[in-house]
Amino acid sequence: MNHRPLAPAGLALIASALVALGLIVVLPLAMVFHEAFRQGAGAYLAALSEPDAWSAMRLTLLVAAISVPLNAVFGLAAAWAIAKFEFPGRSLLVTMIDLPFSISPVVSGLVWVLLFGVNGWFGPLLQELGVRVIFNVTGVVLATVLVTLPFVARELIPLMEQQGADEEIAAITLGAGPWTTFFRVTLPNVKWGLLYGVLLCNARAMGEFGAVSVVSGHIRGLTNTMPLHVEILYNEYDFVGAFAVATVLAGLALVTLILKSALEWRHAGELAATRRH
Amino acid sequence: MSLSIENVAKRFGDHAALDGVSLEARQGEFLALLGPSGSGKTTLLRVLAGLERPDQGMVRFGGEDLLTMDARARRIGMVFQHYALFRHMSVAQNIAFGLQVRPAKTRPSRAEISDRVEGLLSLVQLEGLGGRYPAQLSGGQRQRVALARALAIEPRMLLLDEPFGALDAKVRRDLRGWLRRIHDETGLTTIFVTHDQEEAMDLADRVAILRDGRLEQVDTPEQIYEAPASAFVFDFVGDGVQAPGEVAGGVLTVEGWRTPAPVGALPGPVTMSFRGENTDMLPPHAEGVPARVISVLRRGGLSRATCEIGGRTLVLEAPQSLAAPGIEVRLAPRSYLLHPR
Repeated sequence: MNHRPLAPAGLALIASALVALGLIVVLPLAMVFHEAFRQGAGAYLAALSEPDAWSAMRLTLLVAAISVPLNAVFGLAAAWAIAKFEFPGRSLLVTMIDLPFSISPVVSGLVWVLLFGVNGWFGPLLQELGVRVIFNVTGVVLATVLVTLPFVARELIPLMEQQGADEEIAAITLGAGPWTTFFRVTLPNVKWGLLYGVLLCNARAMGEFGAVSVVSGHIRGLTNTMPLHVEILYNEYDFVGAFAVATVLAGLALVTLILKSALEWRHAGELAATRRH
Repeated sequence: MSLSIENVAKRFGDHAALDGVSLEARQGEFLALLGPSGSGKTTLLRVLAGLERPDQGMVRFGGEDLLTMDARARRIGMVFQHYALFRHMSVAQNIAFGLQVRPAKTRPSRAEISDRVEGLLSLVQLEGLGGRYPAQLSGGQRQRVALARALAIEPRMLLLDEPFGALDAKVRRDLRGWLRRIHDETGLTTIFVTHDQEEAMDLADRVAILRDGRLEQVDTPEQIYEAPASAFVFDFVGDGVQAPGEVAGGVLTVEGWRTPAPVGALPGPVTMSFRGENTDMLPPHAEGVPARVISVLRRGGLSRATCEIGGRTLVLEAPQSLAAPGIEVRLAPRSYLLHPR
């Protein structure tokens, strides 16, 4: 890198970027906290300790805890297959993985209702079996899994394609079996991309609104996730409550970011060594 | 243990990468597979390594049928053109990999592995660099690590796929002598793929020349150079010129020059091949293939002239009297080869 004094044009560009960032990221975030604490810390804490708010937080964490590992495994498997092998239907698979990105989250929710709702394809069967999917935690998980499906795979496919299969082939000629090759060569080579994909996936899983809103039924204390709970409280003019829950969501996002930076900082040496290829 | 390849063929779609190749290599032999890109040499190497399954043919090694064995079970060391080092592992971890992945029963102890790694590091002259990562090494160093990694598993045979292809000329030459020394020290049967004829001729005990999935010639470098089996081989292994000619009634005619045909030359269209170093440049009234001097390069007391013969060029030493661009000359090859056209 060369450090030259900045030209006025450079300064102007940086300044405008900072202003834009302040206006569309920092200001709204500050507003969330400002509104949450409008009536003091006491009201803030009271809003958070409300049982329905608690339940929404627990459900959000539960949904993320189920859907993120699922999509991490799926994304890794899909990226591995797509990047390391040639097979018929490969590009179709890539398109399918992208599909959840391109369809509206509301549709991603609605498909589950059409499949498993009372009037859906499998509705009567499920009713007979006494299984509820829609207006239930299961539905919320399904909708979240669908919406967050591409994150890990999308992060890993270009990375794995760029790395090629040379190292795996070398491992095999050195006597390594398929699992050994995967866990000792393939996985370590993509661990940073995987981590990044998981963090993105997690952020979306916790924040998803549209798809979850369709399948959840907004049953307080049962099928309400944090984003849904924020909306309910807001619609009931409980601004402190709504923004208090929103601060928790924002806090989770910040924790995710800090986690990522901490990992990058701790492994800076290794990152520098392996990325300079 | 000797290697025997019999009638191996491999197709990719419509393209025959290998079209019935039979080849033998003795225990401890250094064999080069030489050919232009697309000639099938890398495919043949991958068949030996177990990375490609041939459509037909046999590959035996020390009496064992290699084709029935998995790549991982063959214990054949392989070195790749782009090194294929494990980028997230240090040099020492790379070298130790093949030993560490062995099943517990046959895996050497930690101390043995680290001894072996040290020994290999010194064999490839990288002492003290065991803690570096591949990205922190030069290309030549990386390829030496790759070789050490392949040798760590005590392979029964060593395969090298254009190992110096990604390196610059000076490093290539240095590594060449070094690779030959390692081969002589370990006594491993070594198969080496390259498209660089100089590299193959310099290094190998024998050179196998491939073209379009078929073997053109397998011989010692001297034989290949002195007695190429075809016009293709002649052209591939050295500088020279090839001119179309005709043998009829015991007379060879090339570019209007008529000379008695060699004993045993079959009548018909032929390609006459000769090299500049075996050719004398004579004045225009002498016997020889008519040619014209295009340019002259003087270095010290010698002049090297580029001559044009029927649209083709040949570089050879020129006597002072003829070393002038534009001059008409005759080229008299002291030795030449005829191949049917």
